[in-house]
Amino acid sequence: MNKKHCQADLNSKTNHDHGFNKKSAGRPDLRVNLAGIDLANPILAASGPFGYGHQYRELFDLSLLGGIIVKGISPDPWEGNPPPRLAETTGGMLNAVGLQNPGLENFLKEDLPCLRGSGTKIIVNVVGCSVDEYAAVASRLDGVEGIDGLELNISCPNVKAGGMAFGTDPASTSNVVSTVRKQTGLPLLIKLSPNVADITSIARAAEEAGADGLSLINTLSGMLIDIEKRAPLLGNTFGGLSGPAIMPVALKMVWQVAGAVKIPVLGMGGINSARDALQFIMAGARAVAVGTGLFYNPDLPAEIKEGLLDYLQQQRLPELKSIERIAQNPKGEE
Amino acid sequence: MSRLNKQRGAKPKQENCLVGNKQIIAPGYCRLTLHAPLIAREVYPGQFVEVYMPPEHQPMLPRPFSVYKANRKTGEIVILFEIKGQGTRLIAAAEAGASLKLLGPLGNGFPELPSGAVLVAGGMGIAPLVFLASSTDLPRTLIYGAPTVAQLACPSSDLDMPGLTILEATEDGSKGDQGTTVDLLLRCINNAGAVFACGPCPMLQAVKNISARAAVKAWVSVEERMACGIGACVGCAVATPGGYKRVCKDGPVFAAEEVILNE
Repeated sequence: MNKKHCQADLNSKTNHDHGFNKKSAGRPDLRVNLAGIDLANPILAASGPFGYGHQYRELFDLSLLGGIIVKGISPDPWEGNPPPRLAETTGGMLNAVGLQNPGLENFLKEDLPCLRGSGTKIIVNVVGCSVDEYAAVASRLDGVEGIDGLELNISCPNVKAGGMAFGTDPASTSNVVSTVRKQTGLPLLIKLSPNVADITSIARAAEEAGADGLSLINTLSGMLIDIEKRAPLLGNTFGGLSGPAIMPVALKMVWQVAGAVKIPVLGMGGINSARDALQFIMAGARAVAVGTGLFYNPDLPAEIKEGLLDYLQQQRLPELKSIERIAQNPKGEE
Repeated sequence: MSRLNKQRGAKPKQENCLVGNKQIIAPGYCRLTLHAPLIAREVYPGQFVEVYMPPEHQPMLPRPFSVYKANRKTGEIVILFEIKGQGTRLIAAAEAGASLKLLGPLGNGFPELPSGAVLVAGGMGIAPLVFLASSTDLPRTLIYGAPTVAQLACPSSDLDMPGLTILEATEDGSKGDQGTTVDLLLRCINNAGAVFACGPCPMLQAVKNISARAAVKAWVSVEERMACGIGACVGCAVATPGGYKRVCKDGPVFAAEEVILNE
């Protein structure tokens, strides 16, 4: 662990409030409340691509983000899948990292201290192979300083055992959410898989079991074949598709879920610009997250933030809330 | 070693670079000069840069390239690559005066060359080793091999350095000795100060075995598909006895005994 690194970050805390407390009195208000978490702006780093923030902080000030959803944490370290883990596709990419992570205690010891004081909200993504594992992580994180919320990954398609099963049927979703709910007072988001027949039934089950918000979508399950080797390209055979190619799918599911539940929705899936982000908000998302886009444009969060402000200003709207879900009820429609 | 092993040297920076001289040095091979003063000032041999695709293009992900040459004074870096797929085709299409965005310097490079170092380059593995060879005037040997002369793309003028002995091999005998880099390494391993290698996996595995048998320290530069390039996404995994490590952040240069090279 690099101490110097942490220090540098604490110093950047002065920027904490930028966007609404400065003399930008005339600028629209980007603050939103997501599942009980007050965010300075509605742009988050999605769980996975961003790791634990150590690296991207070298490229931009983390306080630029409304929040960071750290890469999935399990009770014990997970080794992840054999390489190759990545493949680019038209308009997207497949990954089969396999939720490699250092485990709960290493995260608390090595990663979290560097995130404290970074001037952004920290949401911990939780993964597990059993309900007990989810509950163990949630219970350990409850009340830990510097953690603002949890996101349960009940949808990652990479892990052969566990993960997938919870998020693909309402009963098991309900079971894991209600169990975790009892373990934590932290705001609780549930991340939904798109690889289901009816995402709204899973969304309702999560809401009824006590979720404070829903994150969607996780990656779409897919694969590629290496025709020279005549074998699957990814070490894990199957991977998760992300990137601009999945944006319309994600948007549709955000629309459907936002219409089916009362709790707020965090929209993600191929967001590539402020225009994309606006579409998610108009479909019913309270906030948005970026993932794959950071790989080819680390300035994406800053560009989205500016783009949202510009749009609101042009439209003479005081806050983002004015357009949330607006496309669900366009004027003049019965 | 800590899981949060950092790269030695400078933090990565995004830099908008002017494309300078571009040469198709052999059919299918491109040598591209980029004006990247921030990166040129700090990069050391074995490190790499990610070259972003021009916006709104397919593919999207940046492509990693070892730095082939760097000149602190002129602020220029050079990359040498095979035009192999859509990404490299797009980058090779950039004309002088165009702008490309880079991220660098990235990764952990090679340690300093000792006297009597042997550098082993298989095909495009030559790229980081030219930069490494240029880092000293001490006596050193470069073994450079490929299946045929067509794949020995590096211009010989770029290899003209004081104190550098060059041994070449092609599998079909079209240039240098008929054989492989491994055959040449076997000949000089007993006098090697250390071995520094970059090339296909089977070659790296052979270099690792030969060096271990001769009790000579070996360093290998490893390749893997990458996304972020900075260690966040854990996409570019390489197996090690202690679990998976990240090629981009923990490598791309590893002590040979530290990595498990399959295939």
